[in-house]
Amino acid sequence: MSPTLTDANQAVTDPADGLAALESRRSTAETYGIPLAVLAEVTHRCPLQCPYCSNPVELDRAGSELTTDEWKKVLSELAEIGVLQIHFSGGEPTARKDLVELVQHASDVGLYSNLITSAVLLTRERLAALGDAGLCHVQISFQGNEPVVADRVAGFKGHAKKLEVAKWTRELELPLTVNAVMHRQNLHQLSDIIQMAVDLDADRLEVANVQYYGWALKNRAALMPTLEQIEETSRIVEDAQARLKGVLAIDYVVPDYYALRPKKCMGGWGRQFFNISPAGKILPCHAAESITGLEFESVRSNHSIAWIWQNSEAFNRYRGTGWMPEPCKSCEFREVDFGGCRCQAFALTGDAGNTDPACTLSPHHDRIFKVASEEAAGDHNRFIYRNFAGGTPEPSDDGA
Amino acid sequence: MASGRNITVSETSRPKLPRHTRLKFDETRQVWVILAPERVLAPDEIAVEVLHLCDGVRSVAEMVDQLAAKYAAPREAISSDVIAMLQDLADKGFLTEARENAP
Repeated sequence: MSPTLTDANQAVTDPADGLAALESRRSTAETYGIPLAVLAEVTHRCPLQCPYCSNPVELDRAGSELTTDEWKKVLSELAEIGVLQIHFSGGEPTARKDLVELVQHASDVGLYSNLITSAVLLTRERLAALGDAGLCHVQISFQGNEPVVADRVAGFKGHAKKLEVAKWTRELELPLTVNAVMHRQNLHQLSDIIQMAVDLDADRLEVANVQYYGWALKNRAALMPTLEQIEETSRIVEDAQARLKGVLAIDYVVPDYYALRPKKCMGGWGRQFFNISPAGKILPCHAAESITGLEFESVRSNHSIAWIWQNSEAFNRYRGTGWMPEPCKSCEFREVDFGGCRCQAFALTGDAGNTDPACTLSPHHDRIFKVASEEAAGDHNRFIYRNFAGGTPEPSDDGA
Repeated sequence: MASGRNITVSETSRPKLPRHTRLKFDETRQVWVILAPERVLAPDEIAVEVLHLCDGVRSVAEMVDQLAAKYAAPREAISSDVIAMLQDLADKGFLTEARENAP
């Protein structure tokens, strides 16, 4: 006998939310087996206004959100069809008054639950109640390692509270992941953020460079790092990964503008991941609604979640390799990256069916890379803050 | 450093899964899985048997005795296999030890 443990998942780290989609041991490529993990964006409401928010620019209003009973029904259905883990995200999931009830229901139906939070709305009592309801893991976002940068990026004075909640998380013996979204205006704090994660006794740190669609694309000129910054970042991360082995696990997401090949976004469209929007739409990724012309089915429709995953037109449109144009179609990497990100292809070329321009083989790549590197070298630092009004420009220093 | 991390597994350890690590039978896929933050592990049949013995009360030595008797296999081989598997799990942060009871 020789007992072994096989890693069942092929982690696909999402840059903005820090979630990993998981794949069962047998490839889902042919069967589109039900994902092991699903992201539930229970609300788009959030007190923070981060300029790189991964939510769509068109946010779901509170009135359109699924009710408590609707979410519970969704959670039961997910467990029934074979989903194992649920990530409660948003917006700010704790903005939902019924979150403890939803986590309890997830536990009751056997789902492993993860909370992806800004932490600023939590009290110690509520966090303890979430733990008692069976919450398994807490991920807290940080925008810097100290309040001057962090609170400016978030558009909210929340850094001190985040530190406090991180401490409560460990006191309550819940595992903690620190999510750090990195860009030109906070990359200089990376070493300090790594140390902060160690000091907070986090188990994991996600260092995710901003990915540029939605709000982040609106703010690209204020966020895009230079190539030199990225090289320095990779050095710092690699050094810390070696130094902190066994102390802090560090996941790293590079910005794909500076990669040669596009990312295998979501592990491939409709292959191993879906998320559910506040209003109940089943989406191949959290940015998919930015692609106009695709109809996404809702849990409020007559269809089951499994039917939507397997049969809906939006999921099947970019599955596999049959939809691919050149240069993807004949590319030896077509099943490695599945053509990259559909949302990015749509945002930057106007057609979601194009090769992701992050790929050097895309005919759009050079033009886009040139714009990005000019923006990175520029001095446009003012943010457009994320909100329900479509964004608010940061006031300039002179109050203009 | 957090309790539960950097454990060295030996025959005297009394390991158990921490609260955030769940051993569960996945009805849909008909396999046992270990659910942990951002991870799903698929233990094989024997690993599952070992994990079911990890109750924070039994020592690794007792588990090894039990398995050696059941499989009529050399004790040393079983011991090193079990310890290696549990250490792997501990290194991933998915195994803890029962606290020593105060006398």
